[in-house]
Amino acid sequence: MKNLLEYVGLEPGRIHFSWISSAEGEKFARVAKEVYESVNSLGPVKRLVKERVEVA
Amino acid sequence: MQNRTDKIKEIAKRLLDEEKVDLVLGHRKGTIPLKNTPGFAYNKDEVEELLWDGNCRSNLATFLPRLKDKRIAVVAQGCVSRNIVGLIIEKQIPRENLYIIGVPCIGMLDPNILREKVSGEILETKEDETKIILKGSGFEISVEREDVLRNNCKLCLHRNPTLFDELVVDEVREQNVSGRYDDITALENKTSEERTTYFDELLSSCIRCYACRDACPLCYCPVCFVDESNPQWCGKSTDPRDVLNYHILRAFHCAGRCTECGACEDACPMDIKVRMLTRKIEKDIQENYDGYEAGMSLDAEPPLATFKPNDPQSFIK
Repeated sequence: MKNLLEYVGLEPGRIHFSWISSAEGEKFARVAKEVYESVNSLGPVKRLVKERVEVA
Repeated sequence: MQNRTDKIKEIAKRLLDEEKVDLVLGHRKGTIPLKNTPGFAYNKDEVEELLWDGNCRSNLATFLPRLKDKRIAVVAQGCVSRNIVGLIIEKQIPRENLYIIGVPCIGMLDPNILREKVSGEILETKEDETKIILKGSGFEISVEREDVLRNNCKLCLHRNPTLFDELVVDEVREQNVSGRYDDITALENKTSEERTTYFDELLSSCIRCYACRDACPLCYCPVCFVDESNPQWCGKSTDPRDVLNYHILRAFHCAGRCTECGACEDACPMDIKVRMLTRKIEKDIQENYDGYEAGMSLDAEPPLATFKPNDPQSFIK
């Protein structure tokens, strides 16, 4: 799925997958930080987002 | 081609005579040239309409899940037989109700390429193993079969059926295909922006008719995700994002199951190359799961339907 989304043009680094057990608090914090940094550096999402219809 | 047609009719008549099957599912002439339509033969008269030529592009396996209470003889070339195997593995059709008439296939024709070869309208085609004669008002030209095959047939690796009860002719030689994924690799090597633009353009003419879904033998869900309105998984408009969303999801549902039969592209009224998505997944599946190909054997374990401890998981943090 990640491959396919990046193939159709979603920026690499926008999508992340992880498996974290409820006992892995430290890992959760680390992954959350990584995801935040990666996505934050890409800025707001432009692709695959539907623009709101302008109504008068 | 005539020998295949004759043999299909002969087998069909015999099966109906012996009451081994309720109907024979094959192809028959369509209402317009260059396009055959599925033929449901319940009796001898209807069997006479069955034929086999280079315009049998629809995938007959598509109809089987809807007819599973009947005993059916189905005409199947390489890709269709692989879809039948897939449907049996996915428990959509019972093997014992099926009689598979295997047709070693030499490829189907691409009507768009044929139309480019002539200036007028093609009204009739005549074919043998290597040549196709195109007839219309005021012209009659002959073209090489190799030059006018549709793309998925040019790249086909399994022309002979993988599962059959009877073959209509001897098995044909499989093709040596090089560069099967050249266009996919070329696209992968482009930048992310270029790919966005490519897919925006590719899908810009999509009218959301869902012909690609309806023609596909893998799409047998009673309610498709695009038709569901509560919850609504996918926007129903022709907004480029909704269209892309639909095509991504449709392609992903075919992951590890698609046999490259080309029915989706053939059904598309806008000639969109939707296989650019399904083939990317096919390539990923082959690379990640030891060259797995769908529908090659009834004992195969579909990679995305089974768990193995060594499944690739580099994408998981």
